[in-house]
Amino acid sequence: MSTNNFIAMDAGRLAKHRRRKTVNAIALTLSLAAMAFGLFWLFWILFETIRLGLGGLNLDTFTQMTPPPQAETGGLANAIFGSLVMVGLATAVGTPVGVLAGIYLGEYGQKTWLGSATRFINDILLSAPSIVIGLFIYSVVVAQVKSFSAMAGILALSLIVIPVVIRTTENMLTLIPNSLREAAYALGTPKWRVIMTITLKAARAGVITGVLLALARIAGETAPLLFTALSNQFWTTNLAAPMASLPVTIFKFAMSPYENWQKLAWAGVFLITLGVLTLNIMARVFFRNKH
Amino acid sequence: MQRSDPLGHPPSDRRSAPWADTVFSVLAHGAAILTLLLLAGIIASLLYGAAPAIREYGLSFLWTSEWDPVQNKYGGLVMIYGTLMTSLIALLIAVPVSFGIALFLTELSPGWLRRPLGIAVELLAAVPSIVYGMWGLLVFSPVLSTYVQQPLQALLVNVPVLRTLVSGAPVGIGILSAGIILAIMIIPFIASVMRDVFDVTPAMLKESSYALGSTTWEVVFKVVLPYTKTGVVGGIMLGLGRALGETMAVTFVIGNFNQLNSLSLFEAANSISSALANEFAEAGEGLHQASLIYLGLVLFFITFVVLSFSRLLLSRLKKGEGTRT
Repeated sequence: MSTNNFIAMDAGRLAKHRRRKTVNAIALTLSLAAMAFGLFWLFWILFETIRLGLGGLNLDTFTQMTPPPQAETGGLANAIFGSLVMVGLATAVGTPVGVLAGIYLGEYGQKTWLGSATRFINDILLSAPSIVIGLFIYSVVVAQVKSFSAMAGILALSLIVIPVVIRTTENMLTLIPNSLREAAYALGTPKWRVIMTITLKAARAGVITGVLLALARIAGETAPLLFTALSNQFWTTNLAAPMASLPVTIFKFAMSPYENWQKLAWAGVFLITLGVLTLNIMARVFFRNKH
Repeated sequence: MQRSDPLGHPPSDRRSAPWADTVFSVLAHGAAILTLLLLAGIIASLLYGAAPAIREYGLSFLWTSEWDPVQNKYGGLVMIYGTLMTSLIALLIAVPVSFGIALFLTELSPGWLRRPLGIAVELLAAVPSIVYGMWGLLVFSPVLSTYVQQPLQALLVNVPVLRTLVSGAPVGIGILSAGIILAIMIIPFIASVMRDVFDVTPAMLKESSYALGSTTWEVVFKVVLPYTKTGVVGGIMLGLGRALGETMAVTFVIGNFNQLNSLSLFEAANSISSALANEFAEAGEGLHQASLIYLGLVLFFITFVVLSFSRLLLSRLKKGEGTRT
């Protein structure tokens, strides 16, 4: 009798064991499939961007202005220039503010209420919808001056740079060991010099990585420019006038039925993707070499 | 060479320290306060801009679906529905996939593949949304229409309820394609949070479970997941916050249609952010513009709540880590 029982139990156990093995195999296969699913989209998007983007790309793209619909020639020169100007200036405006606020969080206010409030708000601003930033700049700048301008676009983009830089600066500063600070203080160094010449210098690689990531982020931003910098058919260096940018031009051209515009839009998409991914990879490589 | 004077005069740059220290501290405090003011400014400017619409419609704006610039009548239901529905679809797809990716990266992948695969997934987050939008409109929608929508329509032509779910012009544009594209965009955010929190599970817990004979799946599902559930929910909320506010990718593929004629997943619809992107620059001052800003306020409010929730969960996890070790 007892042997029979054992056999029955064994069969039950074996079945359970097999079932657990099967569940495990299914789960792991699905996990592998999920990974493949993620990579599949990345490669599909990159493939189409390269295939369609390279087709529309030639020397004219960099030398000619954005054309009217159905024109024979035309390029993206003014849009590329506008993007470079606005992204560059926005980074120049946003980085110092971001680094200073990051220094506050990392060196002055780790435990104060202002510190925790800023940290919390900053994390929200980091993911807040960028179109709302556009609305904000529209109401405080564009609606007051009564004109769209590159300046407004730069402000909108710099508001997106600030939270990214704050976050990385703070993270990097908290990684710096306190013994470094204490050693500097022990030599009688004032706090501002400790920060500028010791801690910030030690955290330099991380801070630069943050700035590069912020650059990559705003280079592709469209929404905050739609009703601040608007767009412009012509080459302009006037910051008080509307200015073209690659993303806004792509948006306008891609939604149009004209073939020459769509082709240019693909060329623009290729350039932006190339730029943004290069910046991202650069940031990673840079950070890795220093750490 | 500069040295301290033995008679007790500190070197010149140290004497300048008092004001330099104050200035630096004021600058750093100022930058932090500026960040706080920024949030206050955004809320204040949205409230101010939306005031005419709030006065006119009050909260009934939220459940009125009529949006008619010609007769100057506005209600936000269609856009709010579009925003919530696309984000919901995105979450339904992105959460299981992200979980699978995180599981793969933490438990299955060979060590040398972990880093490149992690970077590849994060690059998905780096691709600008306008690229997703253009790819979605010109490459993905036709594929979705040919291989999913039309077969489904043919298959369900006689099934009463499901038939309406897939009705619509066969162009592959609408809530479903917007949701799918949003899912691809938020997978990297959710997956990297999940991977990071899975990594903080103490090895001892996992090894104990393995030693008792658990399979990999049982370890992840019964040990790692319960241990990290706060962080996992925080990551999902972060992804949701992203999906709700995403503008360009959705604008390209949702169809920008301000009426809610059917519940079909393939019907052109609209979301808050796309309505803003399309109409705001052209809207004249007055009720139209105020109603759009009202929509922006609603969007900001929803994302604010979702992101705060996410932040609270993730920071609670961080505090917990400190006490456990």
